[in-house]
Amino acid sequence: MTRATVDGNEAAASVAYRLSEVCCIYPITPSSPMAELADEWSSQGRPNLWGAVPSVVEMQSEGGAAGALHGSLQGGALATTFTASQGLLLMIPNMYKIAGELTPAVLHVAARSLAAQGLSIFGDHSDVMAVRQTGFALLASASVQEAHDLALVAHAATLATRIPFLHFFDGFRTSHELNTISLLDDADLRALVPDELVRAHRGRALSPDRPFIRGTAQNPDTYFQARETVNPFYAAVPGAVQDAMDALAGRTGRHYSVVEYSGHPQADRVIVVMGSAGQTVAETVTHLTALGERVGVAQVRLYRPFPARELVDALPPTVSRIAVLDRTKEPGSAGEPLFLDVTAALADAFQISERDTLPQIIGGRYGLSSKEFTPGMAAGIFAELAAAKPRRRFTVGITDDVSGSSLQYDPSLDIEPPGTVRAVFFGLGSDGTVGANKNTIKILGADEGAHAQGYFVYDSKKSGSQTVSHLRFGPMPIRAPYLVRHASFVGCHQFGLLERADVLGFAAPGATLLLNCPHRAEEVWDALPRPVQEQILAKRIELYAIDAGRIARDVGLGGRTNTVLQTCFFAISGVLPRDEAVARIKSAITKTYGRRGADVVARNTQAVDRALDGLHQIKVPGRVTSAIELPPVVPATAPEFVRTVTAEMLAGRGNDLPVSALPADGTYPVGTAAYEKRNISDLVAQWDPDLCIQCGNCSFVCPHSVIRSTYYDQAMLDGAPEGFRSAPLDARGLPGTEFTLQVYVEDCTGCELCVQACPVTAPGQPGHKAINLAPREPVLGSERANIAFFETLPVADRARVDFGTVRGAQFLKPLFEFSGACAGCGETPYIKLLSQLFGDRLLVANATGCSSIYGGNLPTTPWTAGPDGRGPAWSNSLFEDNAEFGLGFRLAADRQAQTARRRLSELREQAGAELVDEILSAPQLGESELASQRERIAELKRRLAAATCAVQPGQPADPVQDALLDLLSVADHLVRRSVWIVGGDGWAYDIGAGGLDHVLASGRNVNVLVLDTEVYSNTGGQSSKATPLGAVAKFAASGKTMPKKDLALQAIAYGYVYVARVAMGADPQQTLRAFREAEAYDGPSLIIAYSHCIAHGIEMRDGLGQQYRATASGYWPLIRYDPVLRDCGGNPFLLDSPRPRIPLSDYTRRELRYRALGNTDPAEAERLAALAQQAVDRQWDTYEEMATRGPAHFPPDARRPAPGAANVQEDH
Amino acid sequence: MDLSTRYLGMELRNPLVASASPLSGTVAGVQRLADAGVGAVVLPSLFEEQLRREAAQNGTWADAGTESFAESLSYFPAGAAIDPGPHQYVSLLERATGAVDIPVIASLNGSTTGGWTDYATALEEAGAAAIELNIYHLPGDPMFPGRDVEQRHVEILTTVKAVVDIPVAVKLSPYFSSTGEMALRLDRAGADGLVLFNRFLQPDIDPETLTVTARFGLSRPAEGRLPRAWIALLAGRVNACLAATTGVDHAADLARYLLAGADVVMTASALLRHGVAHAGVMLDGLSQWLARKGFASVSDARGLLSVPVDADGAASQRAAYVTVMQEANAGHRHW
Repeated sequence: MTRATVDGNEAAASVAYRLSEVCCIYPITPSSPMAELADEWSSQGRPNLWGAVPSVVEMQSEGGAAGALHGSLQGGALATTFTASQGLLLMIPNMYKIAGELTPAVLHVAARSLAAQGLSIFGDHSDVMAVRQTGFALLASASVQEAHDLALVAHAATLATRIPFLHFFDGFRTSHELNTISLLDDADLRALVPDELVRAHRGRALSPDRPFIRGTAQNPDTYFQARETVNPFYAAVPGAVQDAMDALAGRTGRHYSVVEYSGHPQADRVIVVMGSAGQTVAETVTHLTALGERVGVAQVRLYRPFPARELVDALPPTVSRIAVLDRTKEPGSAGEPLFLDVTAALADAFQISERDTLPQIIGGRYGLSSKEFTPGMAAGIFAELAAAKPRRRFTVGITDDVSGSSLQYDPSLDIEPPGTVRAVFFGLGSDGTVGANKNTIKILGADEGAHAQGYFVYDSKKSGSQTVSHLRFGPMPIRAPYLVRHASFVGCHQFGLLERADVLGFAAPGATLLLNCPHRAEEVWDALPRPVQEQILAKRIELYAIDAGRIARDVGLGGRTNTVLQTCFFAISGVLPRDEAVARIKSAITKTYGRRGADVVARNTQAVDRALDGLHQIKVPGRVTSAIELPPVVPATAPEFVRTVTAEMLAGRGNDLPVSALPADGTYPVGTAAYEKRNISDLVAQWDPDLCIQCGNCSFVCPHSVIRSTYYDQAMLDGAPEGFRSAPLDARGLPGTEFTLQVYVEDCTGCELCVQACPVTAPGQPGHKAINLAPREPVLGSERANIAFFETLPVADRARVDFGTVRGAQFLKPLFEFSGACAGCGETPYIKLLSQLFGDRLLVANATGCSSIYGGNLPTTPWTAGPDGRGPAWSNSLFEDNAEFGLGFRLAADRQAQTARRRLSELREQAGAELVDEILSAPQLGESELASQRERIAELKRRLAAATCAVQPGQPADPVQDALLDLLSVADHLVRRSVWIVGGDGWAYDIGAGGLDHVLASGRNVNVLVLDTEVYSNTGGQSSKATPLGAVAKFAASGKTMPKKDLALQAIAYGYVYVARVAMGADPQQTLRAFREAEAYDGPSLIIAYSHCIAHGIEMRDGLGQQYRATASGYWPLIRYDPVLRDCGGNPFLLDSPRPRIPLSDYTRRELRYRALGNTDPAEAERLAALAQQAVDRQWDTYEEMATRGPAHFPPDARRPAPGAANVQEDH
Repeated sequence: MDLSTRYLGMELRNPLVASASPLSGTVAGVQRLADAGVGAVVLPSLFEEQLRREAAQNGTWADAGTESFAESLSYFPAGAAIDPGPHQYVSLLERATGAVDIPVIASLNGSTTGGWTDYATALEEAGAAAIELNIYHLPGDPMFPGRDVEQRHVEILTTVKAVVDIPVAVKLSPYFSSTGEMALRLDRAGADGLVLFNRFLQPDIDPETLTVTARFGLSRPAEGRLPRAWIALLAGRVNACLAATTGVDHAADLARYLLAGADVVMTASALLRHGVAHAGVMLDGLSQWLARKGFASVSDARGLLSVPVDADGAASQRAAYVTVMQEANAGHRHW
């Protein structure tokens, strides 16, 4: 039997792919890898079980995927899809249809939390529980092996029963866990999926050769009865599933049951559970029964149709107490779904005397959003069951100090077999630690009789992110779906992590610590922080060190220390004989890097040899010698919430936060990213005031808002720290004024975009610019002092800043700062600009995607407020509804503004006639006008507060006072609000396209900013309809053969939509102008912003250069369509970039996404490149023609003022 | 008019060869050149160093950001970062060879001994009619002895010749102490053709930005004098075919080179400057010139103005130099 070390996604997909003719796909975490594998295999021409290559089709949404799935099934194909979470919710309507029509199909789901008070990409059963009523059978896998095996059972059973199946396993915990499994071969699949069932499915398909209709509309006379026709089909499912499981067992020896009991035959206490936690409970039961406890576990694999009889039969008659565990929350219910089903099943059995007793049943929630579920928790639940009065409802794994639901348990319970090696590795995403560990697992899992498991915990940030790898190896199958806690080996692959993470918290007594350390062997001990030394001594840890960074650099691997450290692990841990380990590593290197060329292989091989020479065991003295303390997580001056909640999350102690610490409605304070000083780059930007021409380009393009500028009176320099830099302000009319460009060095990612944007070069120093990268460490102390002083300087008065120039706009404080976006991100400069220009009256509706993650992924929040306390109000609803969500903001704002204006008119005398008239007639375009209006509103609110101060809550007020209070509640709306709908191309071009189109068509005053990276960046670079012709992306592995959709022209077709296509790297001034025009335009606006991206395969520091080339080649023409111009008799279509002056290939050849196809299919690459050049030429011709048309050739704006927008209309 | 000629043992329909340039970088481009009438096409050079650099870049770019964030553990489909190797070039060669009925010559610039031989073998297998060795050797060490530079050229030629059966030409630099001796050494070492001369892509300096920039200018007719002088001198003295390149713009330039003794005349600049169809214009012009001068074929004109084999080459060159200098000075005499 073939063994392999794979993750749950691959385990399921390998079966699903072989048993399907059509795969309808759409990316969503954590199921995306299943779809990616299917697409990859299809593009490689890998056949299914019947020799055909499945058609893999990416749709515009999960709803679309479900629709295409339904159609494929009705057409007689064997079809599947892969999804999770909100994606599954979007499939619900079709799921009812597919089930209602008794259509065999299988959905494979990596089960994930649903977005509620916050989005979570992690695993629980919230999604699958939300479709339990659709008529689909639900089959749960608890491990990687089960994900493989039960995938087959699902495909077999659906054809046998005609009931569609949803096969699910725990997101991340199973979908992303690497484990050693036995593979099912084609013969196994063929044995369980007989051809006659496939033919029967085809025979039921729609065919004009034997026509019928399906999907009728039914009436009261028959719908009900028709609904009951399916009962026998559902009744047959548990038996059919068990038959398939038995057939599988017959071939493989792996036995499964729809409900599987294990434990004491006369158990008195039993846990009923579903999913990977079943393994944890089962292992705990083994441990407890060995100690003499009468406990057991019933693992539910088939959840729908609910196998009531099988459950009752599985439970020992001796059971008196049962705890049912649900990995979901159903607020307001009598209990969670599995609990209710189990209760009903046992009550039924008791009522019809199939059971003599009705056990006491309690229900508990565990493991939401991949919260750990450990043997200690399982034991805690059994202990609760043994209590005199067990809690009827409980939670486990958290501290619920609000409702008191949480159980106590012993977190230190360790039941893992002693033969299992446990190791934990701390690294950074950029150093290759995870990749090396995946290699290690595959090396160790390859031996017959050996088993390996790997699970990886990633960061909430995309740049400078920390990874923790949890590895287990041993002679027995590893069924421990929880993190390693008592590791015998701990690798710390970044020395700096010792200060930020409790690295040795995972170490068992006597463990080995491997430290990647830039210090010489004799200096290592003294370089350790005091608490680390204490732990080493207390746990009697053996310490090894190596300067892996130096070796990696020496052999040409840059920052990729993975091979060096992997070699050290094998050398120290002794899991294999050293020579054999080296040979295996080298073999793995050839396998992993062979296709990347001989140079890469040679460098890594050299790294292996050098590693063994550079490894030193460090003598541990008997006492603590270090005075180095751990730095505070956040400053002591941070707000209380940041100190007590955010800091705990930052320190990795978020799991310990009690329920009461967290906001109940998902509302969090803004501006908390400023307290997290990540220091992720050794090289940071540094300013040269003597060279600087104060153009503002560097801060304009800075993705992380770390470059700030201000001007101030010279006298304010008194008291400045020594070394604080300034230069006379280069502006007329402001004598005696100084300018300072301050770099927030602890937040700088070293992306170098600022250096690329700087137009100045030092006369005597070629290559030296007015802003340069230099080492952070030597300037850290002085820059901290400089920043502190800089923050005492006045912030530029918005009313005095020239918003119309790049330089002027950069005097505005960014209200989006220090996000965790990729270093050199192409999106965030646009968002920062948005926050600078309109931040104090900005409402942002943010589609799910990169921008919602770096914008709103806890622990910290980069959206922030200005010195006056005002700032962007931001929210993320969903992926698919963002345009509509933002329109809602506009509708509400307009409605409330109208209420305010009406109330003002009614209360003219009470509020002061003069003030009221001024407010109602105030223009609000310029910043000075807005500032004046704010002053009037402040005065109005003072008067209203004074007039209503006597009114007590709940006390009847007179009608006038009611009206005054009403006005007070909406008075802020008398300042014009700026509504922006922000999202990526996956949203705008695909899943949200319908809504976006409708919102643009609505004519309402909303502004749409599309951050166009031309792929689904956040989920890992899948193709969207924005992906260009000829580019390679996931789901377009063979090169995109459709051109990019021209979203700009679509919007222009309406005539009344302001449209701009911008690229900051090509023309920042045009970008700025477009933002301001869009915002000022009283109607819908759409800005499509070129956003270079890590998924393009570029040097990120060259992102601006690529923007320039995209425009220079004509691929990305800069345009503005301004309906106002048409009304003024001008041509509304403005072509802002010059004619193409470089071939398209000058732009494309610098990006891996274009190069990749040339490496794999040169002829196709050449064909598509020629077509792409033609498309660019054609597009340019079209635009040029439009730019020279008369205004009469564009549709007029026929809108009438929207009811709520009256003030804006008047203001204009 | 009989324009046919022989080059590297191949019968060409005419002596105009499209030299390595972006024009021959695609199959469609090669087809356009063939349709325009050229006698053979040289593909752009396969640069080993560039491929290695691209391989490293591809790997770095594909790895960037991977295994860092739970939603995006990678950003490219598996295999996107493969070593490009000579795969793309070989494919172009295979397809171009199949698409046209004129010889397609591969051009190779290796950087390691293994690179030269492995790639040369791959090019032969892919159907190259011949290989042109583009030995771009610019030792960064100013102390690198000139003799070693020369020896390196000979070694590369013999190494490649040892592994392929198809003809091998060497595109020479004009910057040898003794270009003639170098040509003779390569001839003796088995070069099937000598291409005179290589124009190196020399970096430029931008005085405004104070940066070094990559610039490449098209050659001008006047630049043809140097290679022409050497062709005139080498014609008849080497067994290798002689290919002229640099400074070809019009039919008259073809005529000049043929008179000097070139077997074929290569151009990229003229085709880039005037368009691919200019090949036809030049060939028509060549035919007309031959007819006007009473030649029945290219062979009749070839080498008429080369330095006779029995003449003292150096003396001949010296005499021509002195004459030219005298005439030039005479033209500028203002007193």
